[in-house]
Amino acid sequence: MGQIRLDAVSKSFGDVEVIRPLDLEISDGEFVVFVGPSGCGKSTLLRLIAGLEDVTSGRIEIDGVDATAVPPAKRRLAMVFQSYALYPHMSVRKNIAFPLRMAGLGKDEQMRKVEEAARVLNLTEYLDRRPRQLSGGQRQRVAIGRAIVRDPTAFLFDEPLSNLDAALRVNMRLEISELHQSLETTMVYVTHDQVEAMTMAEKIVVLQEGVIEQVGSPMELYSAPRNRFVAGFIGSPTMNFVNGEEAARRGAHSIGIRPEHLTISTTDGAWQGTVGVAEHLGSDTFLYVHLSDGSGTLTVRAGGEYGAGHGDTVYLTPDPAKLHRFDAAGLRIE
Amino acid sequence: MPTQHSRVHARLMISPAVLLLLGWMLIPLGLTVYFSLLRYNLLMPGMEQWTGLTNYRFFLTDPAFFDALRNTLVLVGGVLAITVIGGVLLALLLDQPFWGRGIVRVLVIAPFFIMPTVSALVWKNMFMNPVSGLFAHAAKGLGLEPFDFLAHAPLFSIILMVSWQWLPFATLILLTALQSLDSEQLEASEMDGANYWNRFLFIVLPHLARAITVVILIQTIFLLSIFAEILVTTNGGPGTASTNLTFLIYAQSLLHFDVGGGAAGGIIAIILANIVAIFLMRMIGKNLDA
Repeated sequence: MGQIRLDAVSKSFGDVEVIRPLDLEISDGEFVVFVGPSGCGKSTLLRLIAGLEDVTSGRIEIDGVDATAVPPAKRRLAMVFQSYALYPHMSVRKNIAFPLRMAGLGKDEQMRKVEEAARVLNLTEYLDRRPRQLSGGQRQRVAIGRAIVRDPTAFLFDEPLSNLDAALRVNMRLEISELHQSLETTMVYVTHDQVEAMTMAEKIVVLQEGVIEQVGSPMELYSAPRNRFVAGFIGSPTMNFVNGEEAARRGAHSIGIRPEHLTISTTDGAWQGTVGVAEHLGSDTFLYVHLSDGSGTLTVRAGGEYGAGHGDTVYLTPDPAKLHRFDAAGLRIE
Repeated sequence: MPTQHSRVHARLMISPAVLLLLGWMLIPLGLTVYFSLLRYNLLMPGMEQWTGLTNYRFFLTDPAFFDALRNTLVLVGGVLAITVIGGVLLALLLDQPFWGRGIVRVLVIAPFFIMPTVSALVWKNMFMNPVSGLFAHAAKGLGLEPFDFLAHAPLFSIILMVSWQWLPFATLILLTALQSLDSEQLEASEMDGANYWNRFLFIVLPHLARAITVVILIQTIFLLSIFAEILVTTNGGPGTASTNLTFLIYAQSLLHFDVGGGAAGGIIAIILANIVAIFLMRMIGKNLDA
């Protein structure tokens, strides 16, 4: 069981309202990602669920029981911190065993569970090392191990991968996803990286300035963003927005089109422009095209072999079915 | 090779300073050793003569020596215990957010700026005096007999005064150490089910271990040579009840005018201090590495 329900939860620090009253439902076994720019309140929301911060108003229910006033240790949640928060003076073994020791488990039982967690996380040969003798990825695994042994109802991750280098991040992303598959425990994951959100989540919660902008599966958010903020936040490279005449012609204040939904041609198309920069990634080429009518720069995804370079004239045609229209308030027009 | 050259030059340039420091240490040490081997009494000028190790024999068989040795250890140990335990508690208290914290922190540090003689005199006359002292007033207010601290518990009184002086030092160092503790570690342990006491025992205290080591090391160096507080309050008495090694050497050389005996005591004190230092380093060296 690992069902979490937030009911009109808000949080203020002094006069600053960091989380406006919001409702959220997290089902048992779900992988939920809170994503948003820095300062949007996503970490605060996670800490409210963990109990490390007290809510200003509202109710938090865990497994149908009111947990608003329950201290963090009694909520049966495990948290993995951004800095890993390993205890530097304890060996890996003692780090992982710490929650069990606090729970008053017997020595043998502790060791058995630690060995098991270490086996799952490939940490067996590092059990007697100190955290500072480990690499970033290994530390991260120890932190996860410390969370696993408690057999929690839900895992909370607070930007766990942001201290790792890019290659390791991809690896750990996979490991956490696989862990979720095998444990089938609820996981709540905070990140500012939309790639992590898209790749890992079953449900994404997009936050901005303490407000939930949209909740949905990654593909829902990708194909039908509720407003301009979500449209611009999800997807990489970001969506192109065109204002003015072109948008008005389609009955909108602004239109959005993703780089992968523009067709590029050297002979004819809807919009004419010149290539500014071409980024060759091997599999794809991203072209930054300055429109000739001066209405802005569009990013286009072309094939990896695409040859156009700086100064070339190209024509772009949007896929009408993949065009997003937004009104003056930034809301989606269906 | 340029680096080789510059290394030779560097040694040449640095040598005057090294020689000066070496002389600064060796000349007084040599003179003390020399005096300790002489029969040298200020009441009999010009009568100095070679006596070998007699001074050492006299000093080491003097019953006052053993009293002084014990008093020195009790004084150092007592002050260390009070300042480390009290320092940790005060640091924990001062680490809490409360109104006027900045001012309180400055006030806490204040005793450290007061000269030992002044603070000892204030304690002696304003607090511990059995007639006019504040403690006497308090005792009388409670209907109790005033306690004459300096007469009946002289060593304890001095431990109290010195602890008061050194508590701010310990507090300050431990407070800064406490502030460098990653708050996420505390939160993680809270999530892991550790209550306040367990968090202190398993997270905070191990984090403070290094700072406590530094406090013990530095304080021991200074506490072995406590002198001013004893001179202005008890004068080592009653009897030898509050005489430590430093004060015994002072008494030997300047009250009994026995320079030779005092010098021998000084050498013995140096040896003892080094023994303590070796023990401390062994005990604590591991801690500083980690």
